[in-house]
Amino acid sequence: MSTAEQWTVDSVRAALGAKKVSARELTTEYYARIEKQNPELNAFLALCPERAYAQAERIDGKIARGEPLPPLAGVPMAIKDVISTRGVTTTCGSRILENYIPPYDAWAVECLERAGAVLLGKTNCDEFAMGSSNENSAYGPVRNPVARDRVPGGSSGGSAAAVAAGLAVAALGTDTGGSIRQPGALCGVPGMMPTYGRVSRYGLIAFASSLDRIGPLATSVRDAAAVLGVIAGRDPNDSTAAAVSVPDYLAGLQQPVKGLRIGIPKEYFAEGMDPAVRQKVEAGVELLKCLGCQPVELRMPHTDYAIATYYVIATAEASSNLARYDGVRYGLRIAGSTLLEMYKKTRGRGFGSEVKRRIMLGTYALSAGYYDAYYLKAQRVRTLIARDFGEAFGHVDAIITPTSPVPAFRLGERTAEPLQMYLADIYTVTGSLAGVPGISVPCGKTPAGLPVGLQILGPRFGEASVLQIAQAFEEAGGYTI
Amino acid sequence: MATQQIRGVAPDLLERYEPVIGLEVHAQLKTASKIFCACSTRFGDPPNTNVCPVCLGLPGTLPVLNRRALELAIRASLALHCNVQESSRFARKNYFYPDLPKGYQISMYELPLATGGWLEIEFNGARPDKTGTSKRIGITRLHLEEDAAKAMHEGFPDSDRNSYIDYNRCGVPLIEIVSEPDLRSPAEAYAYLTTLKQVLEYTEVSDCNMEEGSLRCDANVSVRRRGAEKFGTKTEVKNLNSFRYLQHALEYEIERHIGVLESGGQIEQETRLWNLGAGRTEPMRSKEYAHDYRYFPEPDLLPVRVSAAWKAEIERAMPELPGAKRARFIHDYGITPYDAGVLADTRALADYFEAVVRAGAPAKTAANWIQTELLRRLKDAGKEISESPVAPAALADLLKLVESGQITAASGKKVFAKMFETGQPAQAIIAAEGVSQISDAGEIERLCREVIAANPDNVAKYRAGNEGVFKFFVGQVIRATRGQANPQLVNDTLKRLLG
Repeated sequence: MSTAEQWTVDSVRAALGAKKVSARELTTEYYARIEKQNPELNAFLALCPERAYAQAERIDGKIARGEPLPPLAGVPMAIKDVISTRGVTTTCGSRILENYIPPYDAWAVECLERAGAVLLGKTNCDEFAMGSSNENSAYGPVRNPVARDRVPGGSSGGSAAAVAAGLAVAALGTDTGGSIRQPGALCGVPGMMPTYGRVSRYGLIAFASSLDRIGPLATSVRDAAAVLGVIAGRDPNDSTAAAVSVPDYLAGLQQPVKGLRIGIPKEYFAEGMDPAVRQKVEAGVELLKCLGCQPVELRMPHTDYAIATYYVIATAEASSNLARYDGVRYGLRIAGSTLLEMYKKTRGRGFGSEVKRRIMLGTYALSAGYYDAYYLKAQRVRTLIARDFGEAFGHVDAIITPTSPVPAFRLGERTAEPLQMYLADIYTVTGSLAGVPGISVPCGKTPAGLPVGLQILGPRFGEASVLQIAQAFEEAGGYTI
Repeated sequence: MATQQIRGVAPDLLERYEPVIGLEVHAQLKTASKIFCACSTRFGDPPNTNVCPVCLGLPGTLPVLNRRALELAIRASLALHCNVQESSRFARKNYFYPDLPKGYQISMYELPLATGGWLEIEFNGARPDKTGTSKRIGITRLHLEEDAAKAMHEGFPDSDRNSYIDYNRCGVPLIEIVSEPDLRSPAEAYAYLTTLKQVLEYTEVSDCNMEEGSLRCDANVSVRRRGAEKFGTKTEVKNLNSFRYLQHALEYEIERHIGVLESGGQIEQETRLWNLGAGRTEPMRSKEYAHDYRYFPEPDLLPVRVSAAWKAEIERAMPELPGAKRARFIHDYGITPYDAGVLADTRALADYFEAVVRAGAPAKTAANWIQTELLRRLKDAGKEISESPVAPAALADLLKLVESGQITAASGKKVFAKMFETGQPAQAIIAAEGVSQISDAGEIERLCREVIAANPDNVAKYRAGNEGVFKFFVGQVIRATRGQANPQLVNDTLKRLLG
């Protein structure tokens, strides 16, 4: 963590209001931090100072004129590079989009700017959000600011690292199988995956359309709630964005958690967890009990099938979503003497090996003769997993699990074994498949000083209670447990 | 149908083999905007001007279904007696081609919008197998999908090296209507396509303009020995984008199938393309069609729900369909089935006819005049009925003058010609040109007396029993009035005076 001042949404607001700092000065300060730290961390892939300063000027103008300030006024933020930003290169961490500049803003980006946020730049990630360590980026890995020889997690590793290193007050990440929560856990910051349909996906460059979600990473639960409140809600551009009203998440944060029933699913505390992680998460559960939460032992019998199910569905959708990168209209094109040759060369050189692996897996799963055995079967299991959650939330208000079975591992330690890497998502993919919201909150550190994350899952559109428990946990000292 | 010059499949072959044909028809829906974005569907705009991030398939964009497109597809489904499903689903059809910017087409697959309908085709009294005048063709399914862009490989200075793509058409809403293999001859296929086109035009679902590509047709063709129950191996023939190609291509393909089978060969299941220039079907290179489309439900769109209430509302607003209109014309106006068929050919013409009748013209007279005078002149002028210079009320006024005997039918036709030319009402033309029929009995009698006085020889012949001479007197009187005399009155007067 930087020794520089750790700004929050509230402290930025207070300082701007008191004219202790201007939005412009704050922007300059953050760019200075980035300039200093990013060469080592590699958290940012692109900066957009012109856009950031223009927005800062607008905010400073409002302050000068005494106008009311929007909720994220002047807050320096970072955007994961799979989210489209007008006029700012958006690569998805891939060579194939190295030169791609979107002509439009994602809905969430529009919401943030309308709310006064200052967008500093785009953050590194695994290529097309496929990975759990950020090592699949075509632009080099991100270093974990807490332990610089280790990964920040992925795929939103750049966003988590930027927030944890104080290079942005908050950031947008995307979560398909754990890509916000797991890097949040590994970098020691809260990361929230909202309900599927809570935040519009318009402008989020698709990996797996039925799983992809945009959500915030921040240094506090309160800031995560503030950002979520701004980006949540219906969007006419996304048919899957739900017309469910958005509660005031900030107002709900201080509701007491005493008496809330928290489910502890046996399946999430079985073998395969690092002992130091287990010790911290169990301590975390004890802390929640001390806060008055009622533990309820749960069985979620289909948990074991989640990883297989997830990797069939996600890769199937990815194989289709990534078909558009063909060299015809934008992005990389490598000429060939025939159309087919152009396709092969462009995609062959444009995509990295993990992306190719998943395209092949997904293509296979959708192929004639295999569709029923793989894709259709996976969809059925997905329904069963969602039912497990539905039934569980009949008895409990939230479900508590570890976020990741292991703390941040060393760069290069796991790259040779894709299957081992896929297991990093073992506690997060279930919530992704079920469409429910979940947050990872810092839950102490291992003896080696590596952050551990506690996952709090809630019922669909139950973000308010998830945030409320996370806030109570954080306030009670969860960070330093 | 009658105007088609069709060579026909050799009758001796058809004695032994029965063709089996099913059609897949794509019709462009008449919406202002595309199926999943707000871009215009206008035809003929400069290339790549009606495009946006969504229809260009830019990363991160999402489709949102155009409700009007869904409504028109439901209307078409109901007009074709299909069951509109309460819940249907879009699916992705995956394949690579530069005209497909997302690498997949959003279509429907396992759960189409509508299934199990039928369309009755009529043969104007001459069904090819002579067993009746109409036949029900089953509709397997009707679904919604998006059109692809237009790839252009010719016509540019660098066309030997480069291709160009116009994405204006990309994302234009289409319905695909798949028939059962119920068609048994190219003529039936032709009748099916014309009838389908008529229904889609009537319901204003599509303008069915084949030149602009808003109606396209592929055919599945096979033959089997007469009496055989099992269908033969089929081929799919693509690119049948005019009514004439359809029949020619089907005839070619049927004869080809029979030829292969007769010489002991087997039909290979394949996709073939109709080559208009060569007048034959040719196999597509296997790479061009050997796809595993890897269909799966489109995760970016929710299932399509059609409530019973909405279906009922669309049903209520359904315009009268061609068959019902023909029946009503025959029954209500006492016109012949043939006339009803011509007048109900398009909704615009049928509306015109009914407007003329509503404005006071007798139905049969209106039917005759529209078919003989109006349609002929429109055809000569290359105009549509909607562009007729003679409004229905104006035609009705003219027909009333004729009917009441104020002018002769012959004069009426001349007046009509002027009306068509100038757009003026009948009364104005008659006043200006003096073509009002002379019905004044005194004037007629005076003229008759003049003609009789001037032709004593013929008077003698007539009185001697040569009745043929009577026509001569009538003609002379009519000519003296330049066609304006009421013929009946002339007849009566001459008979009396010569009597």
